[in-house]
Amino acid sequence: MAQVQFQHVYKTYDDGTQALVDFDLQVQDGEFMVLVGSSGCGKSTALRLLAGLETLTAGNILIDDDDINDKPPQQRNIAMVFQNYALYPHMTVRQNLAFPLKMMKRGRADTERRVQQAAALLELTALLERKPGQLSGGQRQRVAMGRAIVREPRVFLMDEPLSNLDARLRVSIRADIAGLQKKMGTTTLYVTHDQVEAMTLGERVAVMNEGRLQQLGAPQDLYEKPANTFVAGFIGNPGMNLFSAQLAKVDNRIQVMLGDYKITVSDTNVVAPDTLASCTGQDLIVGLRPESFIPGSGDDDTLPARISSVETLGHEQLIYFTAPWSGGKTLVARQGSLQHIAHHEVLLKPDTSQLYFFTAEGVAIY
Amino acid sequence: MPHNIVLRLTSYAALVVAALLFVAPLLFMFAGSLKPDDQVLLEAGSWRAFLPDTIAWQNYLDVFARVRFGRYLMNSLFITSMIVAAGLIVNSLAGYAFARLQWTGRDILFAGVLTIMIVPLEAIAVPLFYQVTLFGWRDTYIVQILPFLANAFSIYLFYTFFIGLPRELEEAARIDGASVLRTFVSVIVPNSKPVFATVAILTFLMQWGAFLWPLMVTSGEAVRPLPLAVSTFHSLPPLQWGDIFAFGVMMVSPVLIVFLLFQRWFVRGVVATGIKG
Repeated sequence: MAQVQFQHVYKTYDDGTQALVDFDLQVQDGEFMVLVGSSGCGKSTALRLLAGLETLTAGNILIDDDDINDKPPQQRNIAMVFQNYALYPHMTVRQNLAFPLKMMKRGRADTERRVQQAAALLELTALLERKPGQLSGGQRQRVAMGRAIVREPRVFLMDEPLSNLDARLRVSIRADIAGLQKKMGTTTLYVTHDQVEAMTLGERVAVMNEGRLQQLGAPQDLYEKPANTFVAGFIGNPGMNLFSAQLAKVDNRIQVMLGDYKITVSDTNVVAPDTLASCTGQDLIVGLRPESFIPGSGDDDTLPARISSVETLGHEQLIYFTAPWSGGKTLVARQGSLQHIAHHEVLLKPDTSQLYFFTAEGVAIY
Repeated sequence: MPHNIVLRLTSYAALVVAALLFVAPLLFMFAGSLKPDDQVLLEAGSWRAFLPDTIAWQNYLDVFARVRFGRYLMNSLFITSMIVAAGLIVNSLAGYAFARLQWTGRDILFAGVLTIMIVPLEAIAVPLFYQVTLFGWRDTYIVQILPFLANAFSIYLFYTFFIGLPRELEEAARIDGASVLRTFVSVIVPNSKPVFATVAILTFLMQWGAFLWPLMVTSGEAVRPLPLAVSTFHSLPPLQWGDIFAFGVMMVSPVLIVFLLFQRWFVRGVVATGIKG
């Protein structure tokens, strides 16, 4: 168990690519921290720096106040699960699990006991004499997990460990990982590009983009209070709709002006109308989650839209639409009704208590 | 599809012709080794050259009578196996260092190694000869072994293989607590059998037939390898082709055995390292 700190960490590659810029992060003892972002955002680099597989350009990385910058991977006492599992193909499952213990020069009896424990925990006992090539994807994943836990490391690192599995297996192993981490209580850094995985697994989630930490918080906080347009668009499935607008104050009410259309901000909106009053006349970005559209009937605050495509998910539909007020952007609405058809006109009513506002630079206004 | 059949027949025919072309000299030598001397040249121009009339082992007995075949064979086996074994260690470590380790001057040095590949032994033989003479190494085993341990082509083969191995394997080993050398020994080597086999076979083939360098640096039969023994048959009359062929058969046999034993590995290694056979 350990606390991990990234202090103003920079990583610039030889070709000038900035993978991490002033990256600051503190992972608490026993915490399950998820780093999420699209590919190339620097999340894996952060993990690899912590593992010692890459050297940082500037800054410090500490495990329990122990500066590990100059320590080689083998002296950091961390364990890592790789995306492609990186099992040793020439070794049996037993030998794979025992390898880290062998490197630690544990005695034969202790090694065997720990291997058996890990195998029992991950239901690998029957597979101990097989080689990785004879295992299914899910089994390999479990062996990789086993190899990580067997040595009881200070920190677990997981680099997209589920991305090579099919959707159903991913969900079940996701739950296994969460349960295992809770049981062991080991500080864990988990990297993924899948925001659903991040939201379901992480006690806290760090959203990253272009080498910078965008927001750090509990999953629900990221969803409810995104710090900027990137986080708003990234968290949520699909992410938040974002479109340009101006605010106007009419009869003491704040209205969102969308070209020829307007909607009135509810008094109970997530951003208090009083806060918005100071932003009138400015170019802003408005955010509205897909689930915050309700079917409209032509009354006030109803907006017309033209459906470009429909995805039916069984219990609901995702409607992709364009609208004269969306500034040419395709937006998406989640609808419980299953009646929508592509290329038809539809009236949508935004939930005016769920409107988010961002400055033109993308910073959230609260 | 008739077109496919024609194509298959044509390619089989071409392969048979090519195979015959390659096998013919060996067959000629083997048949010749079993004939009395007077018949060897007599029948050389006809198809009978490939078929012995009678099986006569006399030529083989002559070889043993005229040269110390056993001594030469042991010398060749010792020198070649030392070069192969030690060469595998030296060149695989070098290939790994070039492929995976980060160190100053790596790329420049690797370019240098690649350049050395095109320098033939003949070009450096004289200065090398001068050097080993200064060391007092002439007429020893070491003078026939040491200069051939580090081999640019072998390093290149190892390099191309290692660079294609998944990097995560090594990273996993490093994180699991293995040092660089331990990672190499426990993870890289066991997963690189094809390239080790390829380099071993190529080195063996190359060194088994070494002639020029041993001729320069050795004078007595105590340390001389097999290819030099064949010159005995030319320099000690009468010139008996049957003996020479018998000697040739005995000299080539180990190469053939090694190749046939490791053929599967060899093919896999050639495919894996992307070299052309």
